[in-house]
Amino acid sequence: MAKPYEIRLSGSGGQGLILAGIILAKAAVYDKRRVTQTQSYGPESRGGYSRADVIVGDSEIYFPEATQFDCLLALTQEACDVYLFDLKDDGILIIDTTYVKNLSMTAENTFEIPFTEVVIKELGSPITANICSLAFLVKVTGVVKTESLKKAIADSVKPAFVDLNYKAMELGFQLADLHLK
Amino acid sequence: MATKKLKSTEYLKSLVKTEPAPEEKHRIALLQGNQAVAYGAMDAGVNFFAGYPITPSTEIAEILSEELPKRGGVYVQMEDEIASICAITGASLTGAKALTATSGPGFSLMQEGIGYAKITETPCVVVNVQRMGPSTGMPTSPAQGDIMQAKWGSHGDSPAIVLYPDSVRESYELTIRAVNLSEKYRTCVILLLDEVIGHMREAVTLPDLANVRVISRIKPTVPPHWYKHYDENQKYLSPLASYGEGYRFHVTGLTHDSHGFPTNKPSEAHEMMERLRKKITHNIRDLVQIESREMEDAKIAIFAAGIMSRAAKQAVAQARAEGIPVGILRPLTIWPFPDDAVRKMLRNVDTVIVPELNQGQLIHEIRRLTKDKSDGDLISMQRCDGALITPNEILRKIKEVH
Amino acid sequence: MENIPQKIIHEYLRHDKKFPHVWCAGCSNGIVLGAIIRAIAKMNIDRNDIVMVSGIGCSSRMPVYVDFNTLHTLHGRPIAYATGVKLFKPHLKVIVVTGDGDCTAIGGNHFIHAARRNIDLTVILINNNIYGMTGGQASPTTPHMAIATTTPYGNIEPDFNICNLAIGAGASFVARTTAFHTNEVQNYVRDAIEHPGFSLIEVVSSCPVIYGRLNKKGGPAEMLKHMRDESIPLTAVDKLPKEKVEGKIVRGIIKRVIEPEFCAEYAKLCERVQAMGGE
Repeated sequence: MAKPYEIRLSGSGGQGLILAGIILAKAAVYDKRRVTQTQSYGPESRGGYSRADVIVGDSEIYFPEATQFDCLLALTQEACDVYLFDLKDDGILIIDTTYVKNLSMTAENTFEIPFTEVVIKELGSPITANICSLAFLVKVTGVVKTESLKKAIADSVKPAFVDLNYKAMELGFQLADLHLK
Repeated sequence: MATKKLKSTEYLKSLVKTEPAPEEKHRIALLQGNQAVAYGAMDAGVNFFAGYPITPSTEIAEILSEELPKRGGVYVQMEDEIASICAITGASLTGAKALTATSGPGFSLMQEGIGYAKITETPCVVVNVQRMGPSTGMPTSPAQGDIMQAKWGSHGDSPAIVLYPDSVRESYELTIRAVNLSEKYRTCVILLLDEVIGHMREAVTLPDLANVRVISRIKPTVPPHWYKHYDENQKYLSPLASYGEGYRFHVTGLTHDSHGFPTNKPSEAHEMMERLRKKITHNIRDLVQIESREMEDAKIAIFAAGIMSRAAKQAVAQARAEGIPVGILRPLTIWPFPDDAVRKMLRNVDTVIVPELNQGQLIHEIRRLTKDKSDGDLISMQRCDGALITPNEILRKIKEVH
Repeated sequence: MENIPQKIIHEYLRHDKKFPHVWCAGCSNGIVLGAIIRAIAKMNIDRNDIVMVSGIGCSSRMPVYVDFNTLHTLHGRPIAYATGVKLFKPHLKVIVVTGDGDCTAIGGNHFIHAARRNIDLTVILINNNIYGMTGGQASPTTPHMAIATTTPYGNIEPDFNICNLAIGAGASFVARTTAFHTNEVQNYVRDAIEHPGFSLIEVVSSCPVIYGRLNKKGGPAEMLKHMRDESIPLTAVDKLPKEKVEGKIVRGIIKRVIEPEFCAEYAKLCERVQAMGGE
């Protein structure tokens, strides 16, 4: 049986990474996979560090914290600097170049996307950078079905914000399509 | 107050908007440990919660503040944790199934009230989602520093029942078990969670409510004038009347006789203290639960509780894949300590590794039970800096001793 | 007021259980207990519906003697326990008997918050200005410069005005009287039990054996006479010149207003939530 797939979503408090982690974990539940989701954050609700780990598999998941990442999403320079070295050799690195300017080491599969800039330009606000980058991650890793992601978003955000988040998701998918070509 | 029957099945359905296929008998949801505690409490019949907000336990209070009013149960936010333990004890004496949830600093404040619930043999449950201490410590970081406090925290001898889950599903199950045991044993049962378990989400399959076993306190069958508040049977357990039912009994934190009236007589004090002790020690089989994996041929054993067992399980799986005979023992009931099971299962191993997120608490219990082993065969792995001991660190230790 | 025969009091005591009581000769606690029982007997409340809760201290020993549902709790915490009892079964009449140390020192937080919630508890605070049970240490109501075993040079701290504290915290019924005025105690207990909200009765009392001796206040009779002579009814306060009011114990119902009561408000909340369909 395949080993569980370990994902770390990292950045700073307020970027919506824990919500992104919950959405991803829900999507895995809809796919009828086994999943654990943990998080670590400072005591403040804004600023400070923040990360969410999602592990998806088909057998019992023992340790719920990601230790060797199959995929790392870094939305800040600090997160990238701290976690990059725990990415597996063949792991996928996704960085938001709006904030990550200095990449000390590239992975075999590195995607450098200005997620925050893109959503500000297209949707007028940075708040959906989490969903945009999560959609990108889902598309390039295939860890959950895109329909499951869509459903998980609808079930996790307030009804008034579903459309906005769907737009961010579509942007993420499009960006992935461009880069996968 | 109208009581409305609404179990968490319905809530879960609304929470997870997937309609389970008709053939699926179970409920699947992505749940957080703290959510599982809240739903477990409600499924066990908890109808009274008093608490005070504290990270990382707050979700339990938040969910119950939303859910209990729907069921005609009581949710109240008290002025502090001392008031919270007092309020649930008062409510329990009035017939409620009562629970509170807190973390280290609040747990410390509750200790006197926990002792009161124990000496008055009043059922209640205290959930302590442990965080890094001492003092304010690191509110969002895990630690397992309250294991000894859960047993010895209140002054005087007061035997404890303490449960310790290692997954979200088990948080649900052990919450129900904690409520059941509190009712059966008429005592304050403590549920210890690790911060990571409280905040972790997992895909959980919950049992059908029809299969959830709920135990409630035994009510007296005698008329009021025959009622003794502490009328122990052969198992040292006693029926319990509620205020307002005509029994008019007295409850005091003073050492008391079997009617509940204060006493200074050594013989009566002895009887009370023995009942508190024996209702635990004479029912060990009913109280103790332990998980063992890969122990049959193990030469190395890992003894770990809560989140540390999750790291240990991964390390054991990896070590086994490399042919190393290692197994894991995990207490679900941490107090009373599973002495017999541990002694028996560790008899044939050469080395025991005890990883824990503190400066060494469980290791003392293991040392007490493995007098035949030399100090070098007992390995304490300790960490208390807010981070977890990783599976790799345990694996390295396994390989070191192999 | 018609006299209720002594017999009635005895009907409410746990004769065969816990007598003789622990109180010293000349203590006010027995007077207050008598007044509480007479009030309840006269109101004809089913004793199964009464829960008497207390903390730790001389006055807090009261529940063990009476044939109600009784709950003798931790030092300072009776109001917190009583809150749990009342909230779960709001039809019960919950009476808290407490002292100045129990209620305003270690239990001060619970006291002000129960008053703020306006939960329907009847708190009878017997104020003897000292910690009697532990042998005469200073309490928050020990008067300025009075002698206690822990203030051998005189108490340099100001004392609490308990009724003002209760009013400030939001209590909806606040009264004060003395152990000398037994009929007032009885009537205020009745009024407080009838009052739907948080009620506080401060009963100024005496501890002749410790406080009285340390401060040369005379014996039990002298201390009762002091209560009689040094107290004035609230109704007289406006009529008297200021100097005659200064330093006196003012007796009367100081505050009585009907405000939303916590258990009733919680029941309404449940109804509202359940009407929403619960989901």
